[in-house]
Amino acid sequence: MTDLQILPPQSFTPQAPPLAPKEQFNADATYTAKPWTLIWWRFRKHKLAVVSLAFMAILGFLALFADFMSPYTPNTISRLNTFAPPNVVRIFHEGQLHRPFIYPMKRARDIETARVIYQEDRGKVLPIRFFVAGETYNLLGLVETNIHFFGIDDRRQQINLLGTESLGRDLFSRLLYGARVTLSAGLIGVAFSFVLGLALGAISGYYGGWLDSMIQRLMEFIRSIPTIPLWMGLAAALPIAWDPLFVYVLITIILSLIGWTHLARVVRGRFLSLKSEDYVLAARLAGASEYRIVTRHMLPAMTSYIIAAVTLAIPEMILGETALSFLGLGLRPPVVSWGVLLQDAQNLRTISLAPWLLAPGVAVILVVLAFNFIGDGLRDAADPYGQ
Amino acid sequence: MLSYIGRRLMWAIPTLIFVSFISFVIIQLPPGDFVTAYAAQLRNSGDYITEAQEAALRAEWGLNDPLLVQYWRWISNIIFYGDFGRSLEWNSAVSDLIWERLGLTLAISTLSMVFTWLIAIPVGVYSATRQYSVFDYVFTVFGFLGKGVPDFLLALILMWMTFVWLNMDVGGLVSPQFEGQPWDLAKFGNMLTHIWIPLLVLATGGAAGLIRVMRANMLDELRKPYVETAYAQGFGERTVVWRYPVRVALNPFISTVGWALPALFSGDVITAVVLNLPTTGPLLLQALKMQDMYLAGSFILILSVFTVIGTVLSDILLALSDPRIRFS
Repeated sequence: MTDLQILPPQSFTPQAPPLAPKEQFNADATYTAKPWTLIWWRFRKHKLAVVSLAFMAILGFLALFADFMSPYTPNTISRLNTFAPPNVVRIFHEGQLHRPFIYPMKRARDIETARVIYQEDRGKVLPIRFFVAGETYNLLGLVETNIHFFGIDDRRQQINLLGTESLGRDLFSRLLYGARVTLSAGLIGVAFSFVLGLALGAISGYYGGWLDSMIQRLMEFIRSIPTIPLWMGLAAALPIAWDPLFVYVLITIILSLIGWTHLARVVRGRFLSLKSEDYVLAARLAGASEYRIVTRHMLPAMTSYIIAAVTLAIPEMILGETALSFLGLGLRPPVVSWGVLLQDAQNLRTISLAPWLLAPGVAVILVVLAFNFIGDGLRDAADPYGQ
Repeated sequence: MLSYIGRRLMWAIPTLIFVSFISFVIIQLPPGDFVTAYAAQLRNSGDYITEAQEAALRAEWGLNDPLLVQYWRWISNIIFYGDFGRSLEWNSAVSDLIWERLGLTLAISTLSMVFTWLIAIPVGVYSATRQYSVFDYVFTVFGFLGKGVPDFLLALILMWMTFVWLNMDVGGLVSPQFEGQPWDLAKFGNMLTHIWIPLLVLATGGAAGLIRVMRANMLDELRKPYVETAYAQGFGERTVVWRYPVRVALNPFISTVGWALPALFSGDVITAVVLNLPTTGPLLLQALKMQDMYLAGSFILILSVFTVIGTVLSDILLALSDPRIRFS
């Protein structure tokens, strides 16, 4: 005891190392910030993830308001405008700055091959106008209107930012409408697999024992079958005559039947490591019910991990839907999805004639990459207290 | 070790029964049955059978029996006689159809897997040992792109580019003029100009993901003290890296090598369809589209059996390479 008393009192209080004022502020903020603020700070460091998040927000907006943002409806056929190449938006006319405009396309025939070709008519200018009147539609199924975000004022000409396909339908409009179906299929599929994965992962991780090993075997097995043949087998069993909307729901369920395993693995791992935490034991000793322990004490501690895993699962779903529809086993033509649009690009002759038909493929790549980056960023940020 | 293998095999039996049942259910899923499809086929060719004849056929083939009885008949034919049933569309035995196309499928899948490994392992090791170097970034970008670009899209783009720039149609296994010809040097050479696309597509698709896995594993291993010890003993970098951490980092590869078995069998379905290759994948797609369910169900059954065998195989391999597993 005497030894202790001899020691000077300040040696008991650890001295903070000298810090620059700014760092001091940051450190203080870090100590007092809420977990979600910390996660956001860490997420912000992943530049690609932030850019991807912005990209997806814009795309989501475009998809939600597809009927307003697109100049035409997805099924407007224009027989004199088949396989028209994309219009180039220009701002210089005869060397002078001009508001954004396009040149009209002149339809002609190649003398040798008799193939339809399109040429820009440099003499005339078609300015792009905003909030123009076009075809009527129901905005979000609520308001009937005919105002489109942009378009051109011309009876004969169309503005086709991404060109047209074999029936002269505007690919840009179809791409936006397709984004609705494809993105929502991914989200709904993930929602289903989220429920399955959370339930089975939680049971398997929390209770363990023979239930755990049964679920583990099942997951292992599902993971190891090549997914595409299994998806195909299930998708092909859906009768062709069914309502497209119903088929759409079933396809998303089929996608999620296989996708849940990854999520379940993450949830199980978290449950296993949280089960032995002191605060869980404390809750149990305090007499909390199992349901309360799981939902109140354990689930909040893994929310960020689950969100990261869910984000990483979305691109799988999107790729699955695209692949199935591309093969003709998923969604079918009256429905417009990116996979359905890519069906037009199956044929080598068509692609060499109209390479812009691959645009939905580019969209798929961008979206898949964006979700992967966001997921990576979230995974890094999921545990803001770690190193 | 033997008891470990025994335990794994014991697990395999209920799984096999389970998957065969699932396959049978998939066969039964579409509305109607074999006779309905058969009658429809006859009608298409101008022939017809009466309701009574249909009923007689149903009774003869036992289609009115309970599901379990039918299942037993189907599975016992497969187990005891190797008879997978008949394909309605092709009007021949399912097993003949499958074996016919299996050779090429196996060749393409095996080759592409070998290429995948040849690319992924050295690149993964390089990326990990030279972390944040220029090439590491290049490979990282490549990895992300490979993850984002669907295989079939890559195949389409490659086909289109060779068509536009080299003016070659590389779809199919050989050019049309060689189709049905006996194999000789010219045909073989022609095949080589076609086969590189599926190999390239499949290898890059697989390698992109594996490089990431290999790099992450290697980074974990390189930080461990035993690596430092090895350096301290005076071994050169090459010896240290390839002799110790690489062996450990390969563990996830071994545990998934068994899964390659079903993938080998099915080939990459979509790529094969896009490239119009005569492998098993397009056959499966065709069977599914025509609801030729015996062919499709047999496919799924064979795939599943391969999966189970593959999983057991990789478990055994893992146990061989890592003593911790077989004693736990």
